[in-house]
Amino acid sequence: MVVPSSKLQDLIEEIRGAKTQAQEREVIQKECAHIRASFRDGDPLHRHRQLAKLLYVHMLGYPAHFGQMECLKLIASPRFTDKRVGYLGAMLLLDERQDAHLLITNSIKNDLSQGIQAVQGLALCTLSTVGSAEMCRDLATEVEKLLLQPGPYVRKKAVLTAVHIIRKVPELSNIFLPPCAQLLHERHHGVLLGTITLITELCERSPAALKHFRKVVPQLVQILWTLVTTGYSTEHSISGVSDPFLQVQILRLLRILGRNHEESSETMNDLLAQVATNTDTSRNAGNAVLFETVLTIMDIRSVAGLRVLAVNILGRFLLNSDKNIRYVALTSLLRVVQSDHSAVQRHRPTVVECLREPDASLSRRALELSLALVNSSNVRAMTQELQSFLESCPPDLRADCASGILLAAERFAPTKRWHIDTILRVLTMAGTHVRDDAVANLTQLIGGAQELHAYSVRRLYSALAEDISQQPLVQVAAWCIGEYGDLLLEGSCEETEPLQVEEEEVLALLEKVLQSHMSLPATRGYALTALMKLSTRLRGDNNRIRQVVSVYGSCLDVELQQRAVEYNALFQKYDYMRAAILEKMPLVERGGTQDEEAKESKEAQHSEAAVIPTEPQTSKLLDLLDLLDGTSGAAQPPPPLEPSSEGTSVHLLDLPCVSPAPASIPNLKVFEREGLQLTLSFVRPPGTPALLLIMVTAINTSEADVTHFVCQAAVPKSFQLQLQAPSGDTVPAQGGLPMTQLLRILNPKKAPLRLKLRLTYNHFGQSVQEIFEVNNLPVETWQ
Amino acid sequence: MQFMLLFSRQGKLRLQKWYVPLSDKEKKKITRELVQTVLARKPKMCSFLEWRDLKIVYKRYASLYFCCAIEDQDNELITLEIIHRYVELLDKYFGSVCELDIIFNFEKAYFILDEFLLGGEVQETSKKNVLKAIEQADLLQESGESRSPISIL
Repeated sequence: MVVPSSKLQDLIEEIRGAKTQAQEREVIQKECAHIRASFRDGDPLHRHRQLAKLLYVHMLGYPAHFGQMECLKLIASPRFTDKRVGYLGAMLLLDERQDAHLLITNSIKNDLSQGIQAVQGLALCTLSTVGSAEMCRDLATEVEKLLLQPGPYVRKKAVLTAVHIIRKVPELSNIFLPPCAQLLHERHHGVLLGTITLITELCERSPAALKHFRKVVPQLVQILWTLVTTGYSTEHSISGVSDPFLQVQILRLLRILGRNHEESSETMNDLLAQVATNTDTSRNAGNAVLFETVLTIMDIRSVAGLRVLAVNILGRFLLNSDKNIRYVALTSLLRVVQSDHSAVQRHRPTVVECLREPDASLSRRALELSLALVNSSNVRAMTQELQSFLESCPPDLRADCASGILLAAERFAPTKRWHIDTILRVLTMAGTHVRDDAVANLTQLIGGAQELHAYSVRRLYSALAEDISQQPLVQVAAWCIGEYGDLLLEGSCEETEPLQVEEEEVLALLEKVLQSHMSLPATRGYALTALMKLSTRLRGDNNRIRQVVSVYGSCLDVELQQRAVEYNALFQKYDYMRAAILEKMPLVERGGTQDEEAKESKEAQHSEAAVIPTEPQTSKLLDLLDLLDGTSGAAQPPPPLEPSSEGTSVHLLDLPCVSPAPASIPNLKVFEREGLQLTLSFVRPPGTPALLLIMVTAINTSEADVTHFVCQAAVPKSFQLQLQAPSGDTVPAQGGLPMTQLLRILNPKKAPLRLKLRLTYNHFGQSVQEIFEVNNLPVETWQ
Repeated sequence: MQFMLLFSRQGKLRLQKWYVPLSDKEKKKITRELVQTVLARKPKMCSFLEWRDLKIVYKRYASLYFCCAIEDQDNELITLEIIHRYVELLDKYFGSVCELDIIFNFEKAYFILDEFLLGGEVQETSKKNVLKAIEQADLLQESGESRSPISIL
């Protein structure tokens, strides 16, 4: 095959010459028959050629399992040509699932112990690519022997094979640990690189190994230092950077060793600063090293100055013309935005610029980062940027963006009016993409802002008049018009342009919503109820309304029909109660936790938002039931006929329909020191059994403020943890506004929850750091 | 690295190196999906994408896509360098490599890759050493003898 095998290349040409898929298949089937025959009948001299052809055919997607035994035969042959192709075939055709793979163990063993380096190389390569756990166990000692052989060619391969062995059979780590010390003295870059990889693998798998290898941190620092300052060799360099592969690997190992270890971190500080400032960043190789350096700095216990330097490097990356660099910068900044919030804030303008990226993966990252950077001082500017992004962003980002803006508005709204305006704008732009509870939130908000009733109803009326297709907007508008219709007709309101609205126009608009095919059933419900309420708010006679109501009394939609029938009854038999029943609603209790993440299941939101507001209503509705039956005199004040906040009404005759409130889990006080208290409250949303929300609340009853407060959390590996941005980093003294932070924990395996918290803050002029595990976690948090 | 795939603009596979154990069926499925995803990317987009729980680093050289799947803690930028180094090695070996070289000499492409990466990790950072090793192995093949006293490196 060194002399271009006419046979192999001929076949390739023939296959490529086939004009159709069918033709190709024909050629290949014919050839495979020949190959099968030749496998059967021997001719060992050309076996390798036949296998090579089979491998080509295999790459095109055709079956080649009948070649497996041939691989074995070729590997066992003394000819190098045979072995080369045989081992290649083994790597491509054999896999752990077939028993055949074990049969090559013996051949590999023989090849490892005979002295030809090229052959040993083949054997090691195959073992490290497809070696199963059994094979690794059988051959571990052979590989170990090769670690200390003189030739670097075999040694570098043996070291990396050891890495594979450990990945497959972690218990064998103890064989490969001792040689590492000596291997670290290697001058050969390949062997050294393999050794660093091996040590990294050992440390990642065993805390004991990690502890053991902390001793070599000074040595590693020295190696990298030499490499960076004096170790320039053209052979190993890329664009002026000395062996970037080796540098990156060393930096990664340093990261693992320095994590959570003050002493090691300290040893590395100077080196990291050196690499961070002196690496040539004109080409990708240098940036790759710089990137790894930044990751390491952020992950170990580095000094504050170094951390700021690292974040600034990421900031510079954001301005790089190379998209790939911008991408890694955004992903890394996202990782550190919680812990180094103020440092990242400095780069906010650049991040916002990245929102305009045409590349969707970049703009998505930029969106996540921008949302994480919103705080009370920049909320107006940021919301504006995010809204302009919402107008033009790709459809799959719309939902996240809309929810993100609403969340940010909720947390940092400077005024209620701004909040209402913002929600309105989002609903108008991306109404169909917002979460279900946006409607509930907005009605809640408007209801609570009495001074803004007139303003809201006007704005909503104008928005509705323009466009009745965005359902959440329509629902809120209908509700508002129903509640505050009288304010709408009054004509004057300082905050908006004077709007003269006639009663008939209002009724016509609501009817239009009722009749439109774009309106969801829930929306129709809102509209019908709104019309009903207007019967008491408007001054004119109610003939039009009565007509509509009686028409819908025979509507096919059962929900609407029921309402219409009841409203009809209100007009006729119970007209004397109508005004009282349709009075303005009292403010509904806000339910559910704040700062909910956008991606949480809609179901959970739905039931959570539904449960608590409707709870107080069920008892009142019972009363109404009595009323309509005419059984009792109306001693209690009749409640307004209000649909529950997410638009599906609680049927009067169907009360047990309301889902039970989530069983509440008791709060847990987890920390107290000099007046600073930390409490955890837990919620398990009913729709998502694997999700646990923890609200961390910090209160400070002492005389002095707690500043620079950062709370970090850690959970076992099978859990997923997300920390939301905290409400702030200062816990004001004397019981001032508590600081809150939401933790989202996903526990799909329902494993027992363990939670470790790390707090750092300044109090009474001292910096404090506390790390502790939370005990006494209630069982309900994870079962 | 978990695997490396080379494929043409029409989606034809030219090389597949798997460093994780998967059944043939799974490999085919992953290949099909990934090839589709990468080919759908516009030319100006960045070289990284997230796919399932892996990070995918890809780069196009003439008519061939070089695509690597790396793990969460791996450095994307250095993976680009790995891809570039492999292309340089192919280029040096074949003399101005093109897709046809890799099609007709696919086994050589594998041999070269196996001297540069081992078990998904970089084994040799010197271009010179990799090419020397291939040269020696080719000589060994030519001489037809496996008992050659020539030691490599």
